[in-house]
Amino acid sequence: MVQERGSAWRGFTGKGWRDRIDVAEFIHDNVTPYEGDAGFLAGPTPRTERLWRELQRMFVEERKRGIYDVDTHTPSTITAHVPGYIDRSHELIVGLQTSAPLRRAIMPAGGLRMVEAGLKAYGYALDPAVHAIYSRYRKTHNDGVFDAYPADVLAARRAHIITGLPDAYGRGRIIGDYRRVALYGVDRLIAERRERKATLDGQLSSEEVIRDREELAEQIRALGELKTMAAGYGSDISGPATTGREAIQWLYFAYLAATKEQNGAAMSLGRTSTFVDAYLQRDLDEGTLTESGAQELIDDFVIKLRIIRFLRTPDYDELFSGDPTWVTEALGGIGSDGRPLVTRSSFRYLQALYNLGPAPEPNLTVLWSPALPEGFKRFCAQVSIDTSSIQYENDDLIRAAYSDDTAIACCVSAMRVGKDMQFFGARANLAKTLLYAINGGRDELTGDQVAPPSPPVTGDVLDYDEVFAAYDRMLDWLAETYVDALNVIHYMHDKYAYERLEMALHDYPVHRFLATGIAGLSVAADSLSAIKYAQVKALRDTTGLAVDYAVDGDFPTFGNNDDRADAIAVDLVERFMAKIRRQPAYRNAEPSLSVLTITSNVVYGKHTGTTPDGRRAGEPFAPGANPMNGRDRHGLVAAALSVAKLPYRCARDGISLTSTVTPDGLGHSRDERIANLAGVLDGFTDAGGFHLNVNVLDRTTLEDAMAHPEKYPQLTIRVSGYAVNFVRLTREQQHDVISRTFHGSL
Amino acid sequence: MTTMAATVTGSVHSFDVSTGVDGPGTRFVAFLAGCPLRCQYCHSPDTWYQRNGRPTTVDELVTEIRRYERFIKVAGGGVTLSGGEPLQQPGFVREVLARCKAMGLHTALDTSGFLGDRADDALLDEVDLVLLDIKSGDPDTYRRVTRTGRLTPTIRFAHRLAARGIPIWVRFVLVPGLTDSAANVATVADIVADVPTVERVEVLPFHRLGAAKYTALGLDFPLADTEPPAPDLLDRVRGQFRDRGLPVY
Repeated sequence: MVQERGSAWRGFTGKGWRDRIDVAEFIHDNVTPYEGDAGFLAGPTPRTERLWRELQRMFVEERKRGIYDVDTHTPSTITAHVPGYIDRSHELIVGLQTSAPLRRAIMPAGGLRMVEAGLKAYGYALDPAVHAIYSRYRKTHNDGVFDAYPADVLAARRAHIITGLPDAYGRGRIIGDYRRVALYGVDRLIAERRERKATLDGQLSSEEVIRDREELAEQIRALGELKTMAAGYGSDISGPATTGREAIQWLYFAYLAATKEQNGAAMSLGRTSTFVDAYLQRDLDEGTLTESGAQELIDDFVIKLRIIRFLRTPDYDELFSGDPTWVTEALGGIGSDGRPLVTRSSFRYLQALYNLGPAPEPNLTVLWSPALPEGFKRFCAQVSIDTSSIQYENDDLIRAAYSDDTAIACCVSAMRVGKDMQFFGARANLAKTLLYAINGGRDELTGDQVAPPSPPVTGDVLDYDEVFAAYDRMLDWLAETYVDALNVIHYMHDKYAYERLEMALHDYPVHRFLATGIAGLSVAADSLSAIKYAQVKALRDTTGLAVDYAVDGDFPTFGNNDDRADAIAVDLVERFMAKIRRQPAYRNAEPSLSVLTITSNVVYGKHTGTTPDGRRAGEPFAPGANPMNGRDRHGLVAAALSVAKLPYRCARDGISLTSTVTPDGLGHSRDERIANLAGVLDGFTDAGGFHLNVNVLDRTTLEDAMAHPEKYPQLTIRVSGYAVNFVRLTREQQHDVISRTFHGSL
Repeated sequence: MTTMAATVTGSVHSFDVSTGVDGPGTRFVAFLAGCPLRCQYCHSPDTWYQRNGRPTTVDELVTEIRRYERFIKVAGGGVTLSGGEPLQQPGFVREVLARCKAMGLHTALDTSGFLGDRADDALLDEVDLVLLDIKSGDPDTYRRVTRTGRLTPTIRFAHRLAARGIPIWVRFVLVPGLTDSAANVATVADIVADVPTVERVEVLPFHRLGAAKYTALGLDFPLADTEPPAPDLLDRVRGQFRDRGLPVY
């Protein structure tokens, strides 16, 4: 055993990571930073092209039918399905979620209704035996939550002031450190968990200790199942990986097992490219691998990540458009010692976008710093211009707040790999809350009393101080109700749908975040600005409900680098975070906040009445922290600088900005465009901006894609924190994307 | 000079921070109000008169620029004064550009050159790059395009810039049926080939995105029915410049 491990680790340097489980230190000791350009990269092999073509044929069917196939009989577990292949003799990296590609699995432990609705929507019915098990014998997370929700949470949820809550589906946003399986092998990980569990034997059996012991026992069981699953594919993963191909395969097995066990809202991969590079580089040095062979392994891995599927309902897809899985991979970044963590494999992951064509998954996320090597910066900018498929996050902010081994869950949620997890909390609607403040807690669309009654704002012309005081009180109610809901949800998720394998790949004890979020920030800020700087008259119906507003005069809007409006947005973020901090959090989780809407900005807008900024009832919000469409009048940079003012220390779960520029809006020649985009990313990062989605597109391309979707099967655009196939969005979402500001030249 | 700056007032229509459009990199672009020309294809008829702008002191504009100073320096870029016709307000332009240079920012002037004589040497000392709009090479066509202008001041200005060693990016707006004849393009290329500091020629395809502004102002847009140039026409015209050994975009 010891000798085996020695040979698996041949050529690697460093000591600490051998004695304890510490992948970050392994990377520090074995990274080969790459400062050159993209010239070394290899194209796709005929094998890769053949395999990908086969799947592309299936994608056409899948788009037509909604889902390609589903196993309605087998509740998914790590070992529930027999091994599956795309083309067994030609796959380099193997493993599927079920017994066939694109065949979706059912995971009723999160919620039975979600499974049944998902099946029904696509013309399938659940096996009655499974229905009986999960309705008669086995309770689900969803059942548990609704047993324990208090009435005010139910009312707030029904009114859509708090929405997208993970109370009927898997919460996701937990990233196992899948690299541990490759570096150490499963047996070592099981031994470590046993030691951890043994330390609890000396403690009295309090509720916390009992829960921890049970969770550790489940983790150990899941690791055993992982070994069994891999054995089904002919791999013994009890020991560490010995080659690059094995390292990718072991790592993928661990990730795959997580996706068999959980239908999480986001099932992110972590930060794997530089880890994998140590193995590929060793093989290259030993002469057992060529560049083309290394690229082929990455391409095959990426193919697998592109066909991760979950069964979800059309409702869910309306909220989170385009069937996303958020297989987020963080690339690049700078090490704490100042050396770049960019390797040739960071390039290889990006190269897959050329070798296989653009695609939304995996959700490639570049951790950007002005200090990154120029060659890498230029390649990233080039890939953005060519594919619109990658997003950028501020490595300088992330490294300082977390560590240099931090990955992104979902879109913008930073977590130290294997050390932090989060309780995902969707988001609260700040714009609607302002309307509640004006209307004394009554809903502006239904007239129902949702929040506890408070004196409505009276008077014809709205008085800023009066509105603000009422808003502040209403935000107190929102924060309390919102965190109350999250505490219930995560208690029940731990109880009925615990992520056994993902948590087995975290340190014990783990650090937990309670990740809250807000929607409608720019609408709320602009509305307050209108009340403050212009004259806003409330127009009330016969019951006294303010349902419309008449604005007289100009007012500054968020997104123009104008402190008068921007300061309002900054204050709202600080204020709401302070209120969240005051709430008691389940398992003493550390509260955090995101300004992110994914694509639910459309749905939030639909459920929000006319706002004092002039936005009509039902109109979409701007996505994430974006300025409202068309109100950012001074270009992308001014908008970006407004967003960069939002304080990361109060929104540690991330602040999302999505921008679309036309190719001409970046320069005249390809070289110029690449240099200019890299410059803009440097400037935005330097200014403290956290996240930037970059689309380089013409409006006419999108309009043509709406009219002729068959011509654009791979057209990928960044929405809010992730990418989607444009042709898979609903028409409403497509219109929303097209109506957004395009920064071009005129 | 600096004590004067606070009191020099210009008429500024708007500003924008854009990338790769009006000079190299990411730039703060101030659009000054007022222009003596009435180009048929003009996409900003809302900048024809100085009264279209807001009275703005040098200090006010520089304060706005300072908000982007760091971004521009990190991203690479500078400041461009555009219009309207910036040289209609030479004193204001001189002071603003001087302040930008003092900040260490690259400066550009986007002009037709028709009022080039109004730019004194002190002003030109503050300019790193001129984006020179040559609307036509044939005097009659120039007149027809601009309705109010003459070609010779632009040529004179170009040579003066060259004599001072100031780099020039020439811009030529290609309008089907108006500026696209091979002969007209050839005369522009002749002028350009004769100016040694021209670094590039940008052939800008005519577009109608400004049409709504004419409607809003109650004006007729003379080219309302003109189509943007087809790709092969653009290729031909770019080729004409390229054949003279000029870098063309």
